Amino acid sequence: MEKFTKLQSRAIPLNIENVDTDQIIPARFLKATDRKGFGDNVFRDWRYHKDGTVNSDFVLNDSKYSGSILVAGDNFGCGSSREHAAWAITDFGFKVVVSSFFADIFKGNALNNGLLPVQVSKEFLSDLFEQIVSNPNTELVVDLEKQTISVKNSELSENFEIDAYKKTCMINGYDDIDYLVNNKEQIEAFEAQKIY
Amino acid sequence: MTTKKTLFDKVWDSHVVSTIENGPQILYIDKHLIHEVTSPQAFNELEDRGIPVFRPDQIVATADHNTPTLNQDQPIRDALSRKQLEQLSENCKKNNITLYELGHKYNGIVHVMAPELGVTQPGLTMVCGDSHTSTHGAFGTIAFGIGTSQVAQVFASQCLLLTKPKSLRVSVNGKLKNGVLPKDVILYIISKLGTNSGTGYFCEYAGNVFEDMSMEGRMTVCNMSIEMGARGGMIAPDDTTFEYVKGRKFAPQGDDFDKKVAYWKTLPTDEGAQFDKEYSFDAEDIEPMITYGTNPGMGIKISENIPVDENPSFKKSLAYMNFEAGESLINKLINFVFIGSCTNSRIEDFRVAANYIKGKKKAENVTAWLVPGSKQVEAQIIEEGLKTVFDDAGFELRQPGCSACLAMNDDKIPEGEYCVSTSNRNFEGRQGQGSRTILASPLVAAATAVEGKIVDITKQLN
Repeated sequence: MEKFTKLQSRAIPLNIENVDTDQIIPARFLKATDRKGFGDNVFRDWRYHKDGTVNSDFVLNDSKYSGSILVAGDNFGCGSSREHAAWAITDFGFKVVVSSFFADIFKGNALNNGLLPVQVSKEFLSDLFEQIVSNPNTELVVDLEKQTISVKNSELSENFEIDAYKKTCMINGYDDIDYLVNNKEQIEAFEAQKIY
Repeated sequence: MTTKKTLFDKVWDSHVVSTIENGPQILYIDKHLIHEVTSPQAFNELEDRGIPVFRPDQIVATADHNTPTLNQDQPIRDALSRKQLEQLSENCKKNNITLYELGHKYNGIVHVMAPELGVTQPGLTMVCGDSHTSTHGAFGTIAFGIGTSQVAQVFASQCLLLTKPKSLRVSVNGKLKNGVLPKDVILYIISKLGTNSGTGYFCEYAGNVFEDMSMEGRMTVCNMSIEMGARGGMIAPDDTTFEYVKGRKFAPQGDDFDKKVAYWKTLPTDEGAQFDKEYSFDAEDIEPMITYGTNPGMGIKISENIPVDENPSFKKSLAYMNFEAGESLINKLINFVFIGSCTNSRIEDFRVAANYIKGKKKAENVTAWLVPGSKQVEAQIIEEGLKTVFDDAGFELRQPGCSACLAMNDDKIPEGEYCVSTSNRNFEGRQGQGSRTILASPLVAAATAVEGKIVDITKQLN
């Protein structure tokens, strides 16, 4: 897993609530057996019309916006457990997703793939949308060590929460498999004395 | 400090291997269910790292998401689907994992076949790379969906690193009205609470409505817990649970079963145990439900009108469905009906449908697909004579699989068409690109197929 400490980038505003993982990567693209290449189809049915032409109304196709931070509406990543959604978002080039609320499984999947979910207040999210839409060159600064997200050259800033263990994993590029495999003796001991 | 524990606490706490200071816990997983879509990358990951599968005996595999529902004895035409299924077979063989592949008498949707075989039992922890793993909570099990990285973690260690979720209780008491099915109960709850009210929580369903429900009904309810954001839903095990588990292929047998029952009886929530959040509803307020939007929380009683809301995401959703705020859905012409999915593809669902359909004919404009959840359900449908009812009425009984619930196989609803579906998600394009899904119970779905449009089923029942 790639390490993450601090990121300064422009951001893409996806101001839609309840974005489910079926929209992030539709089921028909889940037939692959490796983790790569999903970025081409991220938000497929919003990015393209059915005939394959580009939907210029969709924010990812708007040349005004760019950057490796996706700012999304409330309850991002609900629905299916497909980790392909996190793979698609990272494969497309995002390193941070900001929202006022994340669905549990998506959040876990993101953290396991070096994609940082930054949960902010609804007010701050609304300020972010306003800033980015009024000035698409707005840069955000996400500092994982300090657990802050701020708008560069402005007063706008907020702290965000992250589990201390996950924070260490992100900063060092560790993952859970390493930890669990190193604890096998303890797991075997647990199996030997299971009570249920 | 209180020693009173919830069902969730009891099962969770008995599975904690250790706790990392200021961090997550190592939670032991008893049963790991896998299927073709979310496992290949996990197997690759293990192989790349040279880590063997730690406890292959605790894994059960089935093929379901990609499988065709016609001509299952023939090679699969779609090359990518075929490859994914072949890879599952190879991976299982290489790692000594039991697989019920296409055509096997135990094959079926993972959340239908595992309870049916007695793999699912009270007091266990169960995971699967599928969000509807919450289904198994109907047995008083901690069951939840995981991502592929976590599938790899369980392969490697039979454990997961998790922070204990908070607890939530939803109580429903009273008497359900005629024609109100478990699916209506859960659609009603989600419509009241919204799609993220359960996020960060594990939910226990309590009250006489759930106590009186069959195991299959409880599975329907727990299945959709994820649709209100909860990691899982649970119902305390009771005699209904024990009766269901008893005698199933992989259930404990004889004395062992009795010992287990004695333990399972200790699991229900202690009187006075505290939940982080509680909701309660009156059974009398629930009616047959339908959804009008693009998430399962956008549901109304079938006799109600679509609400009016200025929120742009709400408006976007209605625009996708081509519905107007404030309108009724009664008399909307519907061309597709799907009875199936891990929510509603068990024998009781087909009995309800057959009971309504018997002696009637499907409307000419409707394509009606009936897709059993497993080979065993398919066999029951035939044995009980339901197939004859369906054939006579013009319904199409297909072979088991996830089918048009997520349309990874050929069972897709065409663009712009409406489908009244017993599945669990009405997301944009879920049943095929541009398709429009209306979620409902098997009874409402059957009535829609017969009438060719949405009708107020309550008027027929009274």
